[in-house]
Amino acid sequence: MNDINYKKIVKKYAPKEKKLKHAISAFLVGGALGLFSNIITTFLNKMGMSIKDATVVVLILYIFLATLFTSLGFFDDLVSKCFCGLIIPITGFAHSICSSILDYKKDGLVTGIGSNAFKLAGSVILYGVVAAFILCLIKVILYG
Amino acid sequence: MASFKFKNVFLNDYYTLCYKNDFTNHFKFNYVFNDYYFGCKTLEKAEVKMQNTVLNNLIKNNLIKYSNIDLVVGGDLSNQISFTNYNMQYFNIPFLGTYSACATFVENIIILASLLENNFIKNGISLTSSHNLNSEKQFRFPIEYGSYKPIRTTITATGAVGALLARNGKIKIESATVGNVINSTIKDVFDMGGVMAPAAANTIAKHLKDLNRSVDYYDLILTGDLGACGKNILKEILEIKYKIHLKKYNDAGVLLYNMNNEKAKSGASGPTVLPLVLFSKILNQKKYKKILIVGTGSLHTPVMVNQKNTIPSIAHAVSLEVEN
Repeated sequence: MNDINYKKIVKKYAPKEKKLKHAISAFLVGGALGLFSNIITTFLNKMGMSIKDATVVVLILYIFLATLFTSLGFFDDLVSKCFCGLIIPITGFAHSICSSILDYKKDGLVTGIGSNAFKLAGSVILYGVVAAFILCLIKVILYG
Repeated sequence: MASFKFKNVFLNDYYTLCYKNDFTNHFKFNYVFNDYYFGCKTLEKAEVKMQNTVLNNLIKNNLIKYSNIDLVVGGDLSNQISFTNYNMQYFNIPFLGTYSACATFVENIIILASLLENNFIKNGISLTSSHNLNSEKQFRFPIEYGSYKPIRTTITATGAVGALLARNGKIKIESATVGNVINSTIKDVFDMGGVMAPAAANTIAKHLKDLNRSVDYYDLILTGDLGACGKNILKEILEIKYKIHLKKYNDAGVLLYNMNNEKAKSGASGPTVLPLVLFSKILNQKKYKKILIVGTGSLHTPVMVNQKNTIPSIAHAVSLEVEN
């Protein structure tokens, strides 16, 4: 297929993705999520909780909601509409683990859920740890 | 030569079963359902039951005419074509398993037609199925994971189809061409149309050349599941590389879904798309006499794709003549 510059033809007929629209919806949804979590944190802080504890409560709330909505079956529709607005926050992480578990729930506790739960999230954990190590190393070298 | 003619092989009967979502077109399917689990506990069992229903009904409808079925040739998209294998354990019928991805149905017909032509068997059933969620699980992301699908992607159709081939009937299987595996030079798993178009073009060109026919010989050329993008790509390759101008042409993937719906993306894919559209729309229209069906299959696996290999594809063609 090299003789007719096939890749050029394929590119010509590939429909254009609405990248700007996607970026705007991701920005708005992600921003709204951030705003909402800030409101809850401030509210909890006013109620007498420390900011640190309030942040943890918000994270737990988001993980719970993402897992619940994934299990109820409509979170994937939301994610495919809001894109990174819902994937980049902790909701995306919870969503990936929950969806993997739902896929393999009938395949046994070890062979199914155990070995597949981190199918998508595993790389986030692994490279998160590696990145943290490298950044700490740079910090130690630069600042002692 | 990879093209051959048949004298006495007919498509006698068929049974179509299709899952209807909000963007599937209204065709005359034999059985329509809207439960992905099909009354079973797992999706895997659901696909086995779908095939079971098709085969049971096909045999039941033709029990008076054929006391026993000589052979079933079948396949699906799963690893080790397990759904078909698991289904066939319930039937006491000799079985051949095939895999050409979405070209499986046409491959089955070619095998059965060759055996029928040589009088090795009296009748045979071609069986295939595909399930959207099982394919998602196997080839893409977990089902509930909301990954974004580009517009160029095709959506796997859910359904199962069986076709009974025998020595009499109204639809004659006139000739067939076995395709070559073509390296598409494309690595993008979302662009199945781009992957399969070169194979389809190669097979169509080979078929016309081998049998010394012009493209106008056919009332309709129907490709399997190239989708909206692949359809245009095929036309352009045939023009540039083979100097064939396709006019009476359509793609089953575009016909099965309502393309105005955004969720339909670029169209339907899967081995069942071509037979579903052929049996429940094209043949019902009674408009076309000579039809060339081209099943197109993308022969990729997640492992080979992850290792950054280009995706090979295959296409098989069968020429049908509808008698009044």
